[in-house]
This record gives sequence, C-alpha cells and structure tokens, in this order.
Amino acid sequence: MNGPQDLGGQMGFGPVAPEKDEPYFHAAWERRALGVTLCAGAMGAWNIDESRHARESLHPADYYASSYYEIWIKALETLLKRHGFVSDRDLVAGKAVDPAAAPKRVLKAENVLAVLATGGPCDRPIATPARFKAGDLVQTKNFHPTGHTRLPRYARGKQGAVEAVRDGFVFPDTNAHGQGENPQWVYTVVFEGAEIWGEGADPTLTVSIDAWESYLEPA
Amino acid sequence: MSHDHDHDNELDPFAARVRALETILTQKGLIDPAAIDVIVDTYETKIGPRNGAKVVAKAWVDPDFAALLKRDATVAIGSLGYTGRQGEHMQAVFNTVDTHNLVVCTLCSCYPWSVLGLPPVWYKAPPYRSRAVIDPRGVLEEFGLTLPATTKIRVWDSTAELRYLVVPTRPKGTEDWSEERLADLVTRDAMIGTELAGAPK
Repeated sequence: MNGPQDLGGQMGFGPVAPEKDEPYFHAAWERRALGVTLCAGAMGAWNIDESRHARESLHPADYYASSYYEIWIKALETLLKRHGFVSDRDLVAGKAVDPAAAPKRVLKAENVLAVLATGGPCDRPIATPARFKAGDLVQTKNFHPTGHTRLPRYARGKQGAVEAVRDGFVFPDTNAHGQGENPQWVYTVVFEGAEIWGEGADPTLTVSIDAWESYLEPA
Repeated sequence: MSHDHDHDNELDPFAARVRALETILTQKGLIDPAAIDVIVDTYETKIGPRNGAKVVAKAWVDPDFAALLKRDATVAIGSLGYTGRQGEHMQAVFNTVDTHNLVVCTLCSCYPWSVLGLPPVWYKAPPYRSRAVIDPRGVLEEFGLTLPATTKIRVWDSTAELRYLVVPTRPKGTEDWSEERLADLVTRDAMIGTELAGAPK
C-alpha cells in the first residue's frame, strides 16, 4: 500500500539526529514493549508480514507522530484484537475481562534464548528455475496495490540490473493477508541514481533493492 | 534519561498503555512476563555491535574467512556463534577505495540484530529512511563523514529478508594489530555505513 511507511525520497523530515552513546531504550516501557511484542508474535497467530502491514496501516498522521516502539504497540493492539486475544473491553478496563482465543504456543522464559537463536528463516525451496540471472536488465512493475507490498514507490516502473539471484523467499504480498507463503525467487536489483531520481541525481549513486520475481519483467 | 520507577501514578499515558497490555496478556496466560525479562536482558547486555565488530576484524586478518563472508555471510557469521532473529539471511558488503556502502530500510526498520543488536532511533526514524536513498552524501555529512566527490556510493535498501552488514576498509597503520584490538576500531555506524572504521589511536 502507498502508506506512511514508504519513505524513500520523501522530504521535509529534517536532518538525521544521531545520538551519541545512545542507550538501547529511552524509557522503561520501551523494554516491555519490545518483550511484549516478541512474546505476542511467538503465539504464532500472525507472521512478520502481517505485523509489518499492521504497522503501516496506522493513519499517516499517527504513524509520523509516533516513535517506533509506539508504532509497534499500536499495531500489536490491532493484531491482538484481530486474532481474538484481546478485546476493546479488556483494553478499556486495563485487565483481562473477556476470554481469549487459544494460542499455538506460549513463549516461556526458559525457551527464549533458543527461540531467539533460531529466529524465523523465510527462505523456502522453489521447484521452478529462476527466471532471471545476474546481469539481466529488468523493469520493475508500476503497480499500486492496496495491500502489503515490499516494492517501494521510488523503485516502481524503473529499469535496473539483476546483480544477484538470492534464494526463494516467502512472498510478503500474500503472506501478510493470510493468503499463503507462495515463495518466489528474490533478486538484488541495482539502479543508477539518475534512473530513479532523474535530473540532479548524484552521479556517483546506485541504489539496490531486493525484489521478488513477480515485481520484475524483462527490460 | 530513562525513567525506571514503576509506580502506576507516575506512568505517562503510553507507559500505562504498555503496562495494561502486558497485564491483560499475562492474566490470560498468553505471555510469560519472565520471558520478557530474558528478551530485554539479551538485547540490552548480550547481543550488540561487538558481535559485528568481531566479524569485521576477523575478515581483516583472515582472507579465508573474508572470502567465506563474501560468499555466504550467514554461514561465516554463524561460525562465530552469531545467529538468529533478524540475522537469518545475512549479506556482507565490502567497502573499497572506490565504493562506499550504506544500508537503510526505507519501508520499516530492517536491521541485522544478530550482529548489531537493536537499531538506534535514527535508523528507524523518517529523516534517515527518507533521505538515505536520495541524498546519501547529505546524510553522511550529518554524521560528520565527507566522502571524496569521486567515491561511488551504493545504497542497499533492505526491502526483503536479507540483512546487510557493511565491512569497512581496514584503517592504515594497523598492519600488526591483533584481531581483538582491531575490533575496537569497528563501530556500529561503520557497519551501517554512516561512518568509517576508526583511525588507530
């Protein structure tokens, strides 16, 4: 979706503000926000793509006014309600009022290190050969889906070169919406700065994205 | 400065909101609050940019490791014990005298947690995410890094599940340094690409 998350090339946000010796957390609640989000994800009711889509579905004014952990928590409330774990009555009361759906699993403290060390690999075997090879010229699609996609607006309808064929990966555009993993080949596609930004582009700049096969056509 | 008091009457609205969510989920038996403690401890004290710095230092001194890192970064980094969440599919990109690499996630905040830990706020915030792809030199200036006008800049937008680690060039004058000492020159920002590896002091 053409949502607030799609920031490449947007203007007006001001300078980057690097913080010297930045702490990992800026308030005690951020620690809990990280942990609650990971524990809730570990219930197995949604995947990372649905989670990203919930974040980018915040109203743009809300998204831009929120810190990243605030975005996480707002999206988490949406996910928990959507999957029947939390109700509006629970949230208003600040305590459990309504019964919850059954989770696939509950992450216990003693299993955390193993779960974090394993992570959630998203590569999948693909039966068909890759359509493109390194060096091929490709054109990205110009589309504007209302659902989740990982093709940024600035890189749509642009010509680039395949630099590397990666692996088969879960396709976020369907996986975010409960429509299956439908894995596809992923390619690193590199664009000249001028192809993307046109007049005045930095002549020394190239930008790459990692693109699922269905985002690409032969150039 | 962080505010570590936990008295309810001192909570700001957002802290109260997170507290409520944790309470509800705990009361329903959906989460284990002790698991949150372990997660926080892991990312606050165990997994951080020292991991990545050791990877880079080893690549500087060990050509075989550097070759493996280039060919299969997930395996190379895994051989040092760094695996897991948001590091499942690693790519290492090597700076050269001609080319400087810079990593961003314009669409969210994808970041190689297994080697760099949790991302800094600026990496997740709109100014960096919007400008790194269109005006990388301007962004680098804000980090105090001015590259020669002839240096090529390659920006890697992490749009899929590959996570990128920049391998900065080894500073001059460190030829006889140990791996451990070299690792001290490799900062988090050097592995994102917003600075260079430190000069020997």
